[in-house]
Amino acid sequence: MSYDRIDYWVVILGGMLVTYFTRLSFFTLDPGRLPHAVRRALRLVPAAVLAAIITPAWIGDPGAFTWSRPQFLAGSLAALIAWRTKNTWLTISVGFAALLVLNTILS
Amino acid sequence: MDVRFADRRRAFLEGVRDQLPLVLGVAPFGAIFGALSISVGIPPIETQALSLLLFAGSAQFIAVSLIAVGTPVLIVLVTVAIVNLRHLLYSIAISPYMQSLGLRWKIPLAWLLTDEAFAIASLRYHQTDTEQDHWYFLGTGLTLWGSWQVSTFLGITAGALIPTSWQLEFALPLTFMAILAPNLTSRAAWVTALTAGALAVLLADLPLSTGLLASVLVALVLGTWVQGLETDSGQQVNS
Repeated sequence: MSYDRIDYWVVILGGMLVTYFTRLSFFTLDPGRLPHAVRRALRLVPAAVLAAIITPAWIGDPGAFTWSRPQFLAGSLAALIAWRTKNTWLTISVGFAALLVLNTILS
Repeated sequence: MDVRFADRRRAFLEGVRDQLPLVLGVAPFGAIFGALSISVGIPPIETQALSLLLFAGSAQFIAVSLIAVGTPVLIVLVTVAIVNLRHLLYSIAISPYMQSLGLRWKIPLAWLLTDEAFAIASLRYHQTDTEQDHWYFLGTGLTLWGSWQVSTFLGITAGALIPTSWQLEFALPLTFMAILAPNLTSRAAWVTALTAGALAVLLADLPLSTGLLASVLVALVLGTWVQGLETDSGQQVNS
């Protein structure tokens, strides 16, 4: 679909309500009443969401994948740095610099 | 009365001060968000409104990238809800300090409960737990909110100066790698991340951009099952 102004505002206001009530939820509810299984699942939410956002940008379309894909090489270097150093700014700056260099070399 | 006012003011300003290092990290993303949103055709007013009202960095990036490929509004909203589910964790973790407060505190503080404000404010609550801590939270949250608005605005106005060949949007997966790495502390977390990551690639062509949702939900079911198998329960959700 193509977006008109109403659609944008439905996303903005709807997203605002969804986000706000998620944040407010346990300021008013007692977390002790949450089932154990739900708590366990919640702890894994960041890992699931973050990974699902990372890989499509990193790997791209599996049918068109090549080892010399700049995003794959730069992302792999960044993943290594993230894993070894846990340093946010080192991960981003090295990963991004690598992408710029690779795009220049490989294009 | 003057003494209490001075205490509150000091707590508020300490909150501002302690948030400043994180602002250095967040501000570039506000600018990248503004530039990216404009580049996919979202008007400036709506771009700023996303930062003003939705005020959730990663969800804003996802929403903009889904809008860019024409994803239906409802799918965008459900995806935003899933991406922001992690705020439930923050809400749970900080709830013991909120229960006694009136709505006049709960309403603004919930508004300001982002990843960064949570990181700073929850530390303070654990350390001191005094009456002024809410002012500290308010100071830290408002600092982040203000810097997010200013940086978004800079991205909207100056973002066009950055060539598209730089692929600024790649900063998002890079940031998430850095956030994800410390999360991978158990077998269940690894299983969840690997499943979600692999499925997100394989299901990228699902109709209406529902691949992300499907990947996250399947990975959560599998990860929760693996977590149930793990015998050590050393780490529980703070409650």
